[in-house]
Amino acid sequence: MSHNPYPNPARESTPSGQLSLGVFFQGVNSGTIWKSAESGSQTDFESFRRLAQTAERGLFSAFFLGEGLRLREHLGRPHALDVAGRPDAQTALAALAAVTSHIGLVATQNTTYNDPADLAHRLSSLDLISGGRAAWNIVTTDNAWTGANFRRGGYLDHADRYVHAEAFVQTAKRIWDAWDEDAVASSPSADRWAAPGAVRRVHHTGRHYTVDVTPGLPRSAQYRPVLFQAGDSPDGRDFAARQADVIFSAHPQLEDALQFRRDIVERTLKAGRGANDVKIMPASEFILAATPEEALEKKAWVRELQIGPQQAIAYLEQFWGRELQGFDPDGPLPEIDPVVEETSETRGSGFHGAKARQLADQWRAEAKEKGLSIRQFVSAKTSRGDSTFTGSYAEVADRLAEYARTGAVDGFNISPWLIPSGLDDIVNHLVPALQERGVYPSEYAGTTLRENLGLATPVRPVAAAEAVANAVRV
Amino acid sequence: MSQASQNHPGQGHALLLLELDGAGAHPAAWRASRSRPEAVLTPARLRDVILAAESAGFHGATIADGRLPEGPDAAARLNALQRAAFAGPITRSIALIPEVDTVYTEPFHISTQLASLDYVSGGRAGWLVAASTSSADAAAVGRETVRGGRLAQEAADAIEVSRRLWDSWEDDAVIRDVPTGRYLDVDKLHYSDFEGGNYAVKGPSIVPRPLQGQLPVLAPAGLLAPEELVAGAVDGLLVSAPTPELLSAELTETREALAAFGAGAAPALIAELDVVLDARGQAAAERLAALDAHTPWDSTRARFLGTATGLTELLAEVLAVADGVRLHPAVLDTDLEELSRLVLPELRRRGILAPVVLDASFRDQLGLARPASRHAATPAAGN
Ligand SMILES: Cc1cc2nc3c(=O)[nH]c(=O)nc-3n(C[C@H](O)[C@H](O)[C@H](O)COP(=O)(O)O)c2cc1C
Repeated sequence: MSHNPYPNPARESTPSGQLSLGVFFQGVNSGTIWKSAESGSQTDFESFRRLAQTAERGLFSAFFLGEGLRLREHLGRPHALDVAGRPDAQTALAALAAVTSHIGLVATQNTTYNDPADLAHRLSSLDLISGGRAAWNIVTTDNAWTGANFRRGGYLDHADRYVHAEAFVQTAKRIWDAWDEDAVASSPSADRWAAPGAVRRVHHTGRHYTVDVTPGLPRSAQYRPVLFQAGDSPDGRDFAARQADVIFSAHPQLEDALQFRRDIVERTLKAGRGANDVKIMPASEFILAATPEEALEKKAWVRELQIGPQQAIAYLEQFWGRELQGFDPDGPLPEIDPVVEETSETRGSGFHGAKARQLADQWRAEAKEKGLSIRQFVSAKTSRGDSTFTGSYAEVADRLAEYARTGAVDGFNISPWLIPSGLDDIVNHLVPALQERGVYPSEYAGTTLRENLGLATPVRPVAAAEAVANAVRV
Repeated sequence: MSQASQNHPGQGHALLLLELDGAGAHPAAWRASRSRPEAVLTPARLRDVILAAESAGFHGATIADGRLPEGPDAAARLNALQRAAFAGPITRSIALIPEVDTVYTEPFHISTQLASLDYVSGGRAGWLVAASTSSADAAAVGRETVRGGRLAQEAADAIEVSRRLWDSWEDDAVIRDVPTGRYLDVDKLHYSDFEGGNYAVKGPSIVPRPLQGQLPVLAPAGLLAPEELVAGAVDGLLVSAPTPELLSAELTETREALAAFGAGAAPALIAELDVVLDARGQAAAERLAALDAHTPWDSTRARFLGTATGLTELLAEVLAVADGVRLHPAVLDTDLEELSRLVLPELRRRGILAPVVLDASFRDQLGLARPASRHAATPAAGN
């Protein structure tokens, strides 16, 4: 054994030495290549089926679908350049449940534009329909612009999003805890379908609305849906440390990942949970080939197709707040100034809010100093260098083995840049390489997502505590 | 929009729909089932039942949603839209028609979920519109119970929102134009800008236009105001009468009433019928009595009790004036088997039923053309 340059992230946490993989089918994004001959449909069910079944062949633990509740806009109109248009997550996952048998089905769902009783019920339903494979990736996007599609409109202050989300998730958990184990009759000759008193009513009074419901579905084979959280602010991390089973993180680089692990372990312990109770799976992109040289060539090809000349100009337009079509993508950054005070990156992918003028000055200086054209500059700015693993299968497998050994992460959530064939090389070549190194399973641990992620079964809170929770305004 | 149905009742175009919920339509059906009570919540059972319905030759399956009435037989129920979605990839011909509430749900979510159902089923999705009157449903989302005329308004608004969102992407909005770098033609995306009495929905949809363009929308007769029906809000009406004898008369009256309101838009009329058949050496009346001893089957629909032959005769009669029938079998395990062995083959032999066509859309089955988006430029105008 060689000297370990990476001590355990925290004494309390124990690396499992194993990695799991998830796949993130990106419905709306600039990373998916649609210009190549190999690019398939982003909406045909066949694309979803193929990706999910390939992932299952590769023993992936999870298949993710994202969510965006308003179509992205650029300069006040829907954004023309990026892939857009995707199915409702839970509907697509219910269909995938019928054509897969082991892979977890993760639906990104927003706490701001759903009602807790309704969302909890639908997630339970997905969990049962998949035999205990459902998960909820909790997101908290809130703004009046998205709210314009919903009954309540933009009713929530940004500062309150996690307060609201936490009350929402606690209510959902109480809904999932409401049925006793073995509540349902075991034979058709029983007196009742559900045992009397086996289901508790859930009442919650909150700032924004009240919930009063007798939950309608029993537990699934994994008790309740697994909870993922995606969101990186300190509030988001604390929320995850208190409530989530897994974090869908944005920290794949080894040093950074270890740092993030330490931070999460600390927060999890502070929240009164075990150090390993929250798993971490960063978002990542893989560009792989038989040799390191081929992989680098492939990377150049991928980037070329991801950021074309129009994408480069459009990227600047969102910070300048004006059309820049007259500028040469292969020339220098525009000398004209932004027309906006504050930048707002393409609506729907987050808000920047930096001072536009300052940012423009800074970028012009940076591009000049490095001698970069618009296209080169944007390519550098948007390249997901941080989250990209490039190299030969063996090389990347060695790097990933290091993550397993140090416990920096529990796995990776892969965003393929090609649909629907984007996992083929990973499953055919990387997975066997990881298995050879002993850091990847050779069979599914079980049939539920909880089993396959190595998560403990939740324990239902004792009745007394619950009675208090029912009486108290949360 | 629905056109006057080209299907002439009784002319070999009739549709048979099956209500496919839980262990059957009778509240105590689970007591007469072969499987364990919890089986209604398992993927294996869902698969078996939907495949049995498809292979029996039913044109469509409706799937009920919402809470079951309280009592010793109250079972749990999976979300209807998800059950329909689950059935999508494992079936080829049967239309999948979940019931979805319009009052306590988010219309934007309903619209995108239904559009997605159309994708996962290859264009075989429909929507059975419901308007919940339950105060429990209202309390669950912290709202006042909606009653009276506002129910119809909520339903009409939700249908309108969905129809606008389904049209908000023109069919050819995804252009994948490499030279200009555009994935979308933004001129072919449209805001819905719906403003009703209670809420507004901006749009466009986040899902491209459904495969069928517009999903067929079914609603119980009496839910929506006649003006909504004439304006083409729904493509099919479920017509109910208290007894089998009165069904034909009710259908004829409904058809005349719609015609009197005018405008030519005529939804397909689908008759509602509860069914208990003589089976496995037991008379239907006996089977019903045994089930009713646990929880009586309260239903406002006409009910047929008797032999498969008797049912076949009744259906032939009803289908002479209806475009279709929706059957609610008391116990799926038992009645679906009888229907599939004895009733459907005979109706097919008599040439009453529309053929079962692999990969046909639900619109195809209803004889409805695929509509262009309301925003699509007419071909002559070019673009
Ligand atoms: C890896 C990752 C994936 C995400 N996917 C989605 C998504 O699909 N839909 C969405 O609305 N937000 C998504 N988010 C956004 C987060 O839910 C959250 O709203 C955002 O990060 C702001 O929260 P924060 O301030 O805690 O970082 C994602 C975030 C991360 C880090």
